[in-house]
Amino acid sequence: MVGPSSSHTAGAVRLGALARGIAGGVVRSATVTLHGSFAATGRGHGTDVALVAGLLGYAPDDPRIPQSFAHAQHAGMQVTFAEADLGDVHPNTARIEVETTTGTSVLVQGSSVGAGDVEITLIDDFPVRLTGELPAIGVVHHDQPGVVAAVSARLAASDINIASMQVFRERRGARALMVIETDEPVGDEVATGIGALTGIITVRAVPAV
Amino acid sequence: MAYATYAGLAEAARIHGSLGAAALAREAEDSGLSPDALNARMGAELDVMESAISAGLAGTDRSRSGLTGGDAARVMAGPSVLGPGFRDALASAIAVGETNARMGRIVAAPTAGASGVVPAVLMAIGRLRGSSRAQTISALFAAGAVGAVIAARATLSGAAGGCQAEVGAASAMSAAAAAEMMGADPETCGHAAALALQGQMGLVCDPVGGLVELPCVMRNATGTAVAFAAIEMALAGVRFPIPLDEVIVAMGQVGRSLPPSLRETALGGLAATPTGRSLGRTACTPYGSPAPERDGDPNA
Repeated sequence: MVGPSSSHTAGAVRLGALARGIAGGVVRSATVTLHGSFAATGRGHGTDVALVAGLLGYAPDDPRIPQSFAHAQHAGMQVTFAEADLGDVHPNTARIEVETTTGTSVLVQGSSVGAGDVEITLIDDFPVRLTGELPAIGVVHHDQPGVVAAVSARLAASDINIASMQVFRERRGARALMVIETDEPVGDEVATGIGALTGIITVRAVPAV
Repeated sequence: MAYATYAGLAEAARIHGSLGAAALAREAEDSGLSPDALNARMGAELDVMESAISAGLAGTDRSRSGLTGGDAARVMAGPSVLGPGFRDALASAIAVGETNARMGRIVAAPTAGASGVVPAVLMAIGRLRGSSRAQTISALFAAGAVGAVIAARATLSGAAGGCQAEVGAASAMSAAAAAEMMGADPETCGHAAALALQGQMGLVCDPVGGLVELPCVMRNATGTAVAFAAIEMALAGVRFPIPLDEVIVAMGQVGRSLPPSLRETALGGLAATPTGRSLGRTACTPYGSPAPERDGDPNA
């Protein structure tokens, strides 16, 4: 890797890239709130630069990382930074509110937990745990019987093995979120197939980072 | 998943023949990649480690911040109190840290801030023992598996656990791996790691100006020295009475007890000294903008 701190640079690139993947498109604008050590020493470590690189879709060893601000400006991507106390979270935590060029917006909160490893802990209002080590899909759906079975059956039909699965709902019968980590990447065709199932609102394939 | 305890890793090592072989087998299982492919990948990491040492030793310029640079070459040319093996290892550790501070390519082992210890210790022992490239690669797998245990049971983040979780962890990883290169059994390797980690229990993370340079670069050298002390004791038969898994959990608990000012916030320790504050204010960041000024309460 290149960059002075694995948590503050490599991990920050991966957090940005996961936020981009979860938003599911090209990032038009983002508001990033830095907490704890990210806020205190992030600028010296290039955390801001690294997060923007991730939002641009760069990998942690991309040589363009130091110039990410210029590349973002060129791409018309607007990023604003703030600092705040986000409460009882890991000291290297960022809250990233992303809006894509297609108009979707999502709030992603995650932590850089050391040695470049990351954990997404919040997607919108849902508490999740996503490390980016495996490909994943995020499925927003209606809380009704059969949806979980239909999604897992569609994955099984494509020989995609589920490594972990988390399901959350706002409340009974309301909007719910499935986060599924898989051993094999979920291609466009499978994602589209899942999107066409009964009860599905949106599907995002989130690549490993 | 990687081994979650050192006891589990050591048990697998007895079956596979070494910590390195056990780590490789588990990695192959988890990734679906062949041992040959994984060895080739680790070989590429070893190449980066070697280049980082060479680049650091050759460089006499300061980092962009001006806080570090030239000390690796200085140590290499120094009088050497304990002999060339020890001197070369210290110089190598500093060299990797200086390469990192110059925004050169390094292997986070386990982290960028603590990237000097593992290459310094393993290369030094490799030279001493005349180890083959394959043996050094196996030692890197062993070091990685110990690091994964520390990540699972405690933390590898200076922001979460202080420098003991970074340089301390790197010392423990390299002590176990180097002891194995010296022919030690998994139990002895565990004692080497425990001895290294106990020697840095409570070490704080207090980077001047919030940059991974001062004291990080020098701490890679002192962490290397601790690793050698641990290896020497373990190979002589010293048994640390508290098992490595428990030492690791204790390190994590100590880390959580550290005030935030001593966990990579640049608000305490050396960063909060009058000179540290002054250096932090004038230092440029690796990306060219000035370092943020911090005037928080050092006892927060």
